Amino acid sequence: MLPAAAPRPAVEPAIVARGLTRRFGRVTAVDGVDLDIPRARIYGFLGPNGSGKSTTIRMLCGLLAPSSGAVHVLGHEMPRDAERLRPRLGYMTQKFSLWDDLTVAENLDFMSRVFDLPAERRRQRLQAVTGEYRLDRLLSQRAGTLSGGQRQRLALAAATLHQPELLLLDEPTSAVDPQSRRDFWESLFALVARGVTILVSTHYMDEAERCHELAILADGRLVAQGAPKQLMSDIPARVVEVETDDTVTARAALLQDEAVLSVAQLGTRLHVLLRPDAADPAGRCYARLRDAGVEAQATAVGASLEDVFVAATGFKRTSHVAVAG
Amino acid sequence: MLQRLFAIMNKEVRQLARDRLTFGMIVGIPLMQILLFGYAINFDVRDIRAAVVDEANTSHSRALVADLQASGVVRFGAPSTSVPELRHRLDAGEISVGVVIPRDFERRRLGSDRAAVQLLVDGSEPMIDSVARGLAQVPLPGRDADYRSRVPVFEVLTEYNPERRTAVQVVPALVGVILNMTMVIFTSVAIVRERERGNLELLITTPIRSWELMAGKLMPYVLIGLVQTTIVLAVGSWAFDVPMNGSLLDLYLAAALFIAATLTLGLVISTLVKSQMQAFQLSFLTLLPSILLSGFVFPFDGMPKPAQWIAQVLPLTHFVEMIRGILLRGAPLTDLGVPAAKLAVFLAVTLAIATSRFRKRLD
Repeated sequence: MLPAAAPRPAVEPAIVARGLTRRFGRVTAVDGVDLDIPRARIYGFLGPNGSGKSTTIRMLCGLLAPSSGAVHVLGHEMPRDAERLRPRLGYMTQKFSLWDDLTVAENLDFMSRVFDLPAERRRQRLQAVTGEYRLDRLLSQRAGTLSGGQRQRLALAAATLHQPELLLLDEPTSAVDPQSRRDFWESLFALVARGVTILVSTHYMDEAERCHELAILADGRLVAQGAPKQLMSDIPARVVEVETDDTVTARAALLQDEAVLSVAQLGTRLHVLLRPDAADPAGRCYARLRDAGVEAQATAVGASLEDVFVAATGFKRTSHVAVAG
Repeated sequence: MLQRLFAIMNKEVRQLARDRLTFGMIVGIPLMQILLFGYAINFDVRDIRAAVVDEANTSHSRALVADLQASGVVRFGAPSTSVPELRHRLDAGEISVGVVIPRDFERRRLGSDRAAVQLLVDGSEPMIDSVARGLAQVPLPGRDADYRSRVPVFEVLTEYNPERRTAVQVVPALVGVILNMTMVIFTSVAIVRERERGNLELLITTPIRSWELMAGKLMPYVLIGLVQTTIVLAVGSWAFDVPMNGSLLDLYLAAALFIAATLTLGLVISTLVKSQMQAFQLSFLTLLPSILLSGFVFPFDGMPKPAQWIAQVLPLTHFVEMIRGILLRGAPLTDLGVPAAKLAVFLAVTLAIATSRFRKRLD
């Protein structure tokens, strides 16, 4: 249930969801998700494909009605008040969804008219976004001929033309090179500095780490939530890094240990997650490897976001209960 | 509000102008169809291959053969020697009509209880059968008085199309068939394409209203439909001498009403299907009964009752009635209130269905 009395707008979160659930036939795509997304922050949805990121975003912008649960976006109940939210919302779909057969200028002009900007503001905003997203030289080019990075700049420009308070970005960087991704994130931080709230879904760890706050989704459930740093320090596992030449034997030996939750290989190193109750995890790994006749070094290290992700999503097979942040 | 509507219209027109294939279809389909129907499809049957077995070989039997030949409907090849030989030629497809004049032709001719001559007809071709039935009406020389001075019982005057040219019957209705074909497909595909490409997902998160989106997308097609109407009528008048008896304003008003009805039908289809392919298929599914049952090909009054009921639901039926009335009979639109009202009802119902089914949601 939502709080009965809405607090002052300044502290009211941008998005509040309680028990948000969406079923497609017998499949539950989103299962009881609670969200409190603060204003003027970048909030990340991290999860593998099919974890319910897109479905959640679509419910937030009123494209899909929840099967159960409630969601308020900028104080509007969705999907009932969807129309009133529209002018305050910018949405970037997962797939490029502007018109390939229109030029960059025509696409932007069209979107500015669809958002009902008055003539003067339209001119001013078109000029502002073409400058901000370096589209000046591309204006007369058809959108279909743009590169991945250029398309994404165009899509972001189109989504911010009407200066929305909330931006929903559904895997915006999935078809973009690393440099463009970095530029894109600079643009997002510039928007946040102006007070825009941004919700972005991704399956890149480095992007997730840039978010102010993060929700990890797996199979439609929210399995962890919090600031990336916090999530890393709160990880319900201990992390050991093993350096060895015989990674094959070492991996097999480590997986024998019932305290070992997962082993991931990085070159000649093995990244080992152990139960949080395992005492002296590095010593334990070292002993086990020595018993197996493997020459190795084991060091306890801090958790990465990937470890958090694995810990939050990967233990279901062994019926390990994942934490909620 | 109008800004959004015009933005959509403007976008559609630009996209159409850049889509060479669709643009070509706008002009190409009417041109191809009118030339196809105007030249190739000809219900005036001439020169059907025929042969005769004249076992009587009297002056009257030869006069009969000459009369048939003179009608121009049949063209006799080499005569056959026997009935089995004639049947064989019919079987082989060498001829479509066989005329058998029996040995006792003179006796049969003078009596009136038995047919004097037998026509063997290839019934596998629809037109030939009816033509042969017409041939059977050719007066028998000498049966009643002197056949040369014989006055026909009926004199047939074909009004509005005295020369009975197929083009005159076909071209006005062809306007409807072409509009029915292109308008339904264009609109259903135009909307489904945006859904398929993901444009619609973006559009419906904007403040645009459903009706603005639909009206903005449809209006350019009304213009295109009127352009197509003009092409067909211009070619019909110039190449096939189709008369333009009624007022052009009435004609374009009727066309606009029909175009609106077909566009909303396309809209309904777009809300029922998932892909452009399905939109095509469903559009064609509505096209076939329209062509067959609307009175375009077969006379409406001759159809069985259930077919007539179905035809009442098809917008083309009413438009064919209207445009033939206006173009050939020169009827004013005010005389065509009944088909116009039926079209308007169709328009209102499909529009209601389309708007109730089209929501700004994905589920």
